[in-house]
Amino acid sequence: MSTVEAPTKKRAQITAKTLRTDNWLNYPIFIVVLFTAWVGYATFRSLMGKYYWVEEYNYLTPFYSPCVSSECVEGSAHFGTFLPELPFFIPLAAVSLPFLLLFRLTCYYYRKAYYRGYWASPPACAVREPHKKYTGERRFPLIGQNLHRYFWAAAVVVSLINTYDALLAFTDADGGFRMGLGSLILLGNVILLWGYTLSCHSCRHIVGGRLKSFSKHPIRYRAWTLVSRLNERHGQYALITLGSLVVADLYVALVSGGVISDPRII
Amino acid sequence: MTEIERHSYDVVVIGAGGSGLRAAIEARLQGKKTAVISKSLFGKAHTVMAEGGAAAAMGNVNPNDNWQVHFRDTMRGGKFLNNWRMAELHAKEAPDRIWELEHWGALFDRTKDGKISQRNFGGHEYPRLAHVGDRTGLELIRTVQQKVVALQQEDHREFGDYEARLKVWAETTVTRLLVKDGRIAGAFGYVRETGKFVVFEAPAVVLATGGIGKAYKVTSNSWEYTGDGHALALLAGATLLNMEFVQFHPTGMVWPPSVKGILVTESVRGDRGILLNSEGKRFMFDYIPEVFKDKYATTPEEADRWYDDPDNNRRPPELLPRDEVARAINAEVKAGRGSPHGGVYLTVVGRMPGGAEEIKRRLPSMYHQFKELADVDITTEPMEVGPTCHYVMGGVEVDPDTAAAVVPGLFAAGEVAGGMHGSNRLGGNSLSDLLVFGRRAGLGAAQYVDSLGEDRPAPDPEDIERARAEAMAPFERMGGESPYAVHAELQQTMNDLVGIIRREEELVRALEALDKLRARVANVSVEGGQGYNPGWHLALDLRNMLLVSECIAKAALERTESRGGHTRDDYPEMSPEWRKINLVCRLAGDPDDPRVEIRRQEMEPMREDLLALFDVDELKKYLTPEELPAAVAAGDGEGASQKETAGTETEESGK
Amino acid sequence: MSYQAKFRVWRGDAGEGELVDYTVEVNEGEVVLDVIHRLQATQAPDLAVRWNCKAGKCGSCSAEINGMPRLMCMTRMSTFAEDEVVTVTPIRTFPVIRDLVTDVSFNYEKARQIPAFDPGDAKPGELRMMQEDVQRSQEFRKCIECFLCNNVCHVIRDHEENKPAFAGPRFLMRIAELEMHPADRSDRRNIAQEDHGLGFCNITKCCTEVCPEHIKITDNALIPLKERVVGRRYDPLVWLGAKLGIVKKSEDTPSA
Repeated sequence: MSTVEAPTKKRAQITAKTLRTDNWLNYPIFIVVLFTAWVGYATFRSLMGKYYWVEEYNYLTPFYSPCVSSECVEGSAHFGTFLPELPFFIPLAAVSLPFLLLFRLTCYYYRKAYYRGYWASPPACAVREPHKKYTGERRFPLIGQNLHRYFWAAAVVVSLINTYDALLAFTDADGGFRMGLGSLILLGNVILLWGYTLSCHSCRHIVGGRLKSFSKHPIRYRAWTLVSRLNERHGQYALITLGSLVVADLYVALVSGGVISDPRII
Repeated sequence: MTEIERHSYDVVVIGAGGSGLRAAIEARLQGKKTAVISKSLFGKAHTVMAEGGAAAAMGNVNPNDNWQVHFRDTMRGGKFLNNWRMAELHAKEAPDRIWELEHWGALFDRTKDGKISQRNFGGHEYPRLAHVGDRTGLELIRTVQQKVVALQQEDHREFGDYEARLKVWAETTVTRLLVKDGRIAGAFGYVRETGKFVVFEAPAVVLATGGIGKAYKVTSNSWEYTGDGHALALLAGATLLNMEFVQFHPTGMVWPPSVKGILVTESVRGDRGILLNSEGKRFMFDYIPEVFKDKYATTPEEADRWYDDPDNNRRPPELLPRDEVARAINAEVKAGRGSPHGGVYLTVVGRMPGGAEEIKRRLPSMYHQFKELADVDITTEPMEVGPTCHYVMGGVEVDPDTAAAVVPGLFAAGEVAGGMHGSNRLGGNSLSDLLVFGRRAGLGAAQYVDSLGEDRPAPDPEDIERARAEAMAPFERMGGESPYAVHAELQQTMNDLVGIIRREEELVRALEALDKLRARVANVSVEGGQGYNPGWHLALDLRNMLLVSECIAKAALERTESRGGHTRDDYPEMSPEWRKINLVCRLAGDPDDPRVEIRRQEMEPMREDLLALFDVDELKKYLTPEELPAAVAAGDGEGASQKETAGTETEESGK
Repeated sequence: MSYQAKFRVWRGDAGEGELVDYTVEVNEGEVVLDVIHRLQATQAPDLAVRWNCKAGKCGSCSAEINGMPRLMCMTRMSTFAEDEVVTVTPIRTFPVIRDLVTDVSFNYEKARQIPAFDPGDAKPGELRMMQEDVQRSQEFRKCIECFLCNNVCHVIRDHEENKPAFAGPRFLMRIAELEMHPADRSDRRNIAQEDHGLGFCNITKCCTEVCPEHIKITDNALIPLKERVVGRRYDPLVWLGAKLGIVKKSEDTPSA
C-alpha cells in the first residue's frame, strides 16, 4: 500500500437507529392498518359465501366474479358453471380472488408498501432495518415476484370480466338500459380497476418499454406514453381500488342482504 | 520527515474538467502513461455548471453554417483580440469533437431527422450550440468521465489493472510545478484526504485548471476556481496573456447569500423582464449611450411594444450589451438607489400577458432556481440581481497548434489558456474550446514526450524540499491570521476596485491593497492536522489567487482602452492601436520573492485568407489602416454588404 | 433577521467521533452549507466538508441533515424552526474520512465494472437518433453523482456485507441508461442481475425519494430494468421460445 493512501476507514459510528425528526412512522403504520383491515374484510367476505349477487339488478360483487362453480347462486354465473361444487374448506371466492390478490401481491407498488410496512425492510428511508441479513428478491419465494407480468395478464382477464359484470348491471332481462346507484358504483369500480391494471409497470414494459427504439414503433410508443402517464399514479390507483372494491362489494352485500335498497335512476 | 511518495508518468494533467479529461484521454490514446490530478472528486468539475451548449458549426439546423462563419462570429465576439489561429482551429475542429462525444455515448437533444440539435445563442449567426436542455456541461463531463473509465476497462482487460495507463488522482492538489534546467520535470502536490505530499515525475504537464473567479466576492464560479493553473504557470516561468479581460455577467443573483453570483439567464430580460431601482424607476432609459441612441427605445411604451412588434419599435434598453447593463446597475447601486442587498430589481411580475402561468412556462429553470434556492416566487416578487464574475478570457500564453506554453513540457487548455476568446467570450465557445484544445494539449504533450526520448529531466530534490516547506509553512506559523479572513478581504478588494468598471485611481488603490495582502497571505496560519483540512487548503490557494489578482489589476491599469471584458471608465473608447497589443504577465525579480510584471507584446497579423473572410467596413472598426488588406486599404470598400457585428452580445451560460 | 441556531455536527475521523454542539449565527435566506461555512470561518477552521458548486449541480455536499440524506447546498435554513436543533452527519453508508467528508470510492469502483457504451461499428458523426429514443436515457444522465441514492439504499446501508454484490441504484440506473441507449449494442441484462445485484432491490423507492435531481430512479430505471431482466432470465414463455428457436437470444456482455 502506498503511503498517500489512507488507512482502512470505518463508517461514522452513530448508534441511533435514525436521526430523522419527522413522522416517518406514519406511512408504515398507515399501510399495516389499511392492508390488515382490507385483508380481514376480504377474508370475512369470501368465507361468507353469500350476499354476492343481486338478482333483481344483475349486481355481482367483484370479489366473486367470475362465479363458475355449480354452487353459485342462480344467475350469478355468467360464464357457466364449469367447476363442480367446491369442497367446504374452499370458499367460493377462491376461484376469483387469488388472481386479484396475486396481481396485487407481486405489484411493484404493493411490494414497496408491504416491505416497508410489514417487513420493515426498511421501515422508512434512512431508518435502520431490524434484520441481520438481507437477500432481497433473489431467492425463492421472493424470486417469484418476477412473474408479475403473468398475474397482470390474469388481472386483465379479471378486469374484462368485471367490466362485463358492470355492463350487465346496466341492462335488464330484455337487454334494455337501466341504471341504479349500484350500477354506477360497479362501473366506477371497474374504471378504477382499469386505471390500476393499465398503469402497471409490467404493462408499461410490455406495451413498449421493452423496445430499444420508439421511433420505429410509433403506435407502441404512443401506448407506452399513455401507460407511462398512468403509471405515475400507479400507487394511488393501488390504494384507491382497495377502497372502491370494498365499497362495491359492501354495497352489493347490503343490497343483496336487504339492508338497504338500491336507489334507481333510470 | 517521511519519504515523499513518487509516481512516474509520461503526461500529468492538472485539472479534471472537460479540457483536462479530454487531454488525458488523448495522451492515453497516444499510448502515454497518464495521470489526471483532480482537485475535487472525479466528475465534479466546474464544467458541470455550463448550461447553454457547445458551439460547433455542424450545420445540422442551418446548412449555411460552416467553420468560416463560426470563426467570424468568434473574432467579432472577442473584438478581434483573439489569437486568430486558435479561433480558426476551434471553428474547424469543434464539430469533430462533438461527434466524438456522441460516439462515446453522449445524448444531445435531437433534430427532427435524428441529428444533434443546435440552438441559437448570442453572437452566433446561426443555431450552433449542441445542447442537452440546460445541462450541457454535465453531459460533457459525464461523457468524458465515462470515456476515461472505458479506457481504464481496456487497460484492465490487457494488464489486469484499471490504472495501468490512466489514473485519476481524485482530491489531489498540485502546489508547484517542478522545473529542471528550464524544462518541466514534474509536479508537487498533496492528497487532500491524508494531507500527505506526493511528487509526480513527468516530462510533460498539461494545465487544465479552469478560471480565477474565487478571487472575486461575487462569482458564478465554484470553490476550485482559485487560479491554480495560472499561478503554477507563472511560478514555473511561463507567461499569462491579457489577464485584464474578465467576463462579468450583469445579472447574477445577489440574495440570499447562499446563491450570490449564480446566474440569472439573459432570457429573463428577453422575455419582458425589466430592471428597476429602489425607487421603482425603470432606470435603463437613463443609460443609453450616444452610439446606441437610434437603436434603443426611449420610452417604456415603445420598449414594451417591441416584444410583440420588433420591426416597428426599438429594443428596450434592458437588452443593451452586457457591459452597458452592468455599468448601469453599478451606477445605480453606487448612487444609493440599489436594492437592500446591493443589487437592483429584475422583475417579470405582471409583465407577461399569460400571467404567472406564462412566467412558469417561459422561464422554468429560473422559476425553479429562485423558488428552490431563494424562496422567491418570481411570479409575484422581483428578483434582486447584480453583476457577477463569470469567466476569465486571459490565461497561459500557448502555441495554438500544440497548446505548448513557453516553458518546454508545459501545456495548457481550456479556461486556463489564453488567447482563444480575445477580449470577450461568446456563449457556447467554452465547451467546444475545452474539447478542441484539450485534445490538442494531450496530443502536444504526447508528441513532446516522444521527442524527448530517454532525455527526461528529473526533479531536483531541493525543489521538492522547497515545495514541501512552502506547503507546510501555514502550520508552522503561529498566531497568524485566519486564511478565511484574508480571502474575504482579497475578494472584496477585487470586487470593489478591479470589478466590471475600472478607473486608474481605483486600480492603483487595488495594487496598493494587493501589496499589503501579499504580506498577510505570507503570514496566515492554520490549526489542526494535515488530513482534509480546509483551512490549510485555502491558505495554499491564497498564493495563487493573489498572483492572479495582481496580474489582472496590473494589466487592467496598463490597458488604457475599453474592449470586451475590460471597461475603463476613464478610457471608454476602443482603440485600434491597442488591438495590436497583447499584455503579457510574468514573474520577475528575486526568485524567492518575485513580482508580477506586465509587458506589451505585438500581435501577429491575421493571415490574409482569414482576413478576407470579413468585409472591409467591419475590419475598419477594429484595425488600423495599415493592417487592412493591402488590396483594399487604398480602395473604398463601399458596397460590401454590412454584416451585423456581434458586439458584446454573448450568452451567459454557454460555458 | 438573523438568529442563533443550534447545530449538532458530527466531528471525528476513522469512524471515531461524536456529535458536537455549536451555536451559530444564521441569516435570512441561508442554506445549511452556508452555516457550515460560517462554522469553519469562525469556530472550527478545520471542520472538513466537501463542496464545489453550491448550486445543486455538482453533487459534492451530500450529508444527512436531521437524519435525511440531502445536499447541504439545497437545504434551506427556513425549513427549520429557529429553536430546532439541526443535526448534520456524514452520509452513513460510506467510511468517514473526517467530519462530514466520506470516502465514496465504492461508487467509482462500481462504475468501472459496468461495461462502457458500445456503439458497434458506427462511426463518429454517423449516428442518427430520434428525440423520443434518447429521452429515457437523458433523464438518467441528469444524475449529478451525489450518491445519496446509494447512501440511502438499505441493501448496503444496513448490510455492509452486500457491498461486493450490489452496485446501488446509481449504477443499476447506469445499466438501464445504456440498455435504453438507442445506439448501444451490448446486452447487460444478465450481469445486472448476476454481478450488480438488481435482485437485491426491493423497490422501496428511497433512492427516488432522496434524489435531488428528481430522477424517477425506481419507476423509470430500476423497475424497467427488472422487467428486462425478467425477459432475459425468468420469463417461462421466453425460455420456451428460446428452446424452440423462436426467440433469438442476444449475447450477454460480461462485466468489465
